[in-house]
Amino acid sequence: MTTAVKAQLGIAALMFAASPWVINAAPHEATMGLVYKIYFYHMPSAWMFMLGAIVAGVASARFLFAKRQASDATAVAAAELAVVFGLLALVTGPLWARKAWGVWWVWDARLTSSLMLFLIFVAYLLLRQFGGPGSEKLSAGLALFGMANVPFIYVSVNYWRTLHPKTSVVPTLPVEMGIPLWFCVTAFLLLFLALLSLRATLERHRARIDALYLSHDEA
Amino acid sequence: MSAFLRVAALVVRKDLTVEVRSLEVVSTTLFFAVTVVLIFAFGFVKEGVPMDGVAAAILWITVAFSGTLALGRTFERERQADTLRALMLAPADRPALYAGKLVGMLLLMALVELILVPLVGLLFQAPIFRAPFRLAGLLAAGTLGFAAIGTLFAAMLVRARSRDVLLPVLLYPMTVPVMIAGVRGTAALFQPQPDAGMAQFWFALLVFFDVVFVTLALWTFEPLMTD
Amino acid sequence: MSDFDTVTADGVGRHYGRRRALTNISFTARAGDIVGLLGHNGAGKSTLLSILGTLLAASTGVVRYGGMTSAVAGASLRARIGMLGHDLFLYPELSARENLVFFGRLYDMPDAARAADAALERAGLSARAGDLVSSFSRGMRQRVALERALLHGPRLLLLDEPFTGLDQASAAALVGRLREEQARGVVTVLATHDLDVVDGLLSEVVFLQGGKRVAAPASSGTLRDRYREAMHAS
Repeated sequence: MTTAVKAQLGIAALMFAASPWVINAAPHEATMGLVYKIYFYHMPSAWMFMLGAIVAGVASARFLFAKRQASDATAVAAAELAVVFGLLALVTGPLWARKAWGVWWVWDARLTSSLMLFLIFVAYLLLRQFGGPGSEKLSAGLALFGMANVPFIYVSVNYWRTLHPKTSVVPTLPVEMGIPLWFCVTAFLLLFLALLSLRATLERHRARIDALYLSHDEA
Repeated sequence: MSAFLRVAALVVRKDLTVEVRSLEVVSTTLFFAVTVVLIFAFGFVKEGVPMDGVAAAILWITVAFSGTLALGRTFERERQADTLRALMLAPADRPALYAGKLVGMLLLMALVELILVPLVGLLFQAPIFRAPFRLAGLLAAGTLGFAAIGTLFAAMLVRARSRDVLLPVLLYPMTVPVMIAGVRGTAALFQPQPDAGMAQFWFALLVFFDVVFVTLALWTFEPLMTD
Repeated sequence: MSDFDTVTADGVGRHYGRRRALTNISFTARAGDIVGLLGHNGAGKSTLLSILGTLLAASTGVVRYGGMTSAVAGASLRARIGMLGHDLFLYPELSARENLVFFGRLYDMPDAARAADAALERAGLSARAGDLVSSFSRGMRQRVALERALLHGPRLLLLDEPFTGLDQASAAALVGRLREEQARGVVTVLATHDLDVVDGLLSEVVFLQGGKRVAAPASSGTLRDRYREAMHAS
């Protein structure tokens, strides 16, 4: 573990530890009450999920076209993080929805499109797990297609939903809420970057061990 | 460019000859599609009357299901005597091979839809002749989007383990926009007051989807198929 | 058209994760050579043939075709390679002639129909040209498959177990056919288990065991004896 990663993890841990107080300091929201504060974790999770999807797509393209082996490690790491943060966003979203709209799941456009993108990255991991030899290349194609699909998923789900009476949009937050939100986004981003580099390093180590094993075998 | 078209046409003609001789994929896919539609009927017909607005959904879900089946069979056939490897071994432009397989798939699915659409119209009282050109346009654009991704995925999965189950696992989440646009666009045509503007919007989305993913598939076929 | 008269494998290896399919294989074959790849199942014969046929990229090392490599020459190189895989590479739903014409056109041959007829003549199957390949016996299919691989006049011919399932007469005919191509300056690499059939045909033998090349024994017995000795020595 490099010093940079240690520092990132340390700062992220401190920020997460402090986050309850920071979020608590945010102004109270009248209609939603206490539950709205889940937003401070939900929103950063959703953003990290998107970031993971984009990093996985770009790294996969580099792996496919530039044949950079190291990019494959980045792609797996990012795809796994996309699944983890996507799951966080998909769990915290309905918690919000329960309070805001009275039901757990209302096919809210953002949550639904997140769910669809989440499925693509779960499929990515399934393919890697069960595809057999050569599946890293196939999964790279899948990640690339998944990234290209993001705008289509978003537009189609959005228009599909607006055909029905609109329930509610995510309320715009007053400025004082911005500070705790950005605080949490920073904490999540640090955690994301630290995990990304850790996981990618792990994957590269695995490749090196394979190489060592192979050269030992040869001797 | 002419070499590209020549190779693609060659592959299409070969696939058609094989299919006309055996009728294997057409007949099984068609039968499967009819069965799926009938099974839906048990869920969505109440006391002899189909529920409101289900026809479009049934039509598109059946297209997706039977399309998956046809994709699987078509590439299983190329795998049997390892002929896909023989194709890859030829000096021909590889994206042209993809284009040929894609056109073959489209013809096959078009044939199935030719039976499927009247069947859904008949059993679920859907007004399929109200805007025949718009409906055909939606079906063509949607099928192209589905088959473009499906052909690429099925071709690359030929080398993979558990390919039968992985094809739908990869294909369905990826084609969610096609399903939404197809179902909503068709439903806009089928509803009591048809909404041509809405159908037009979904058609445009499908065309845009097709352009992006056909380009992307032609572009990634070569690196994905070389091991 | 890019041509070559030697094929050189230089330290070729291939692994899947930790599983090594092929390790550090080197050999050179010149025009008119017939190289035999001998070894048990899973020794890496098919993997090596796939790499030579540019269907599979080597993890380590490189194959040189004259001055070219597959990474650079791609399609123009594939035009000079003919391959008969473990499977037949033929469409059973098409007739023998249709198969040959299809592949001839795919290889962009100017007169694929005439080439197909000539190939059927050589295979002794002119009378059954219009019959579906699925109605053929194993030996007949194998003959069509071989002619398919040779249709475009390749410089490098790769054969994976071409003698499997052939009776003695068919095997002898195949040997004769290979000698013809040899005289034309074709480089042939074939993997086989049928040691008695290819004894005397091979100009070089590569013994493979567990993906590695093992030294050929010095003795000058029959191929079968040398094979046994090579496999036991390591």
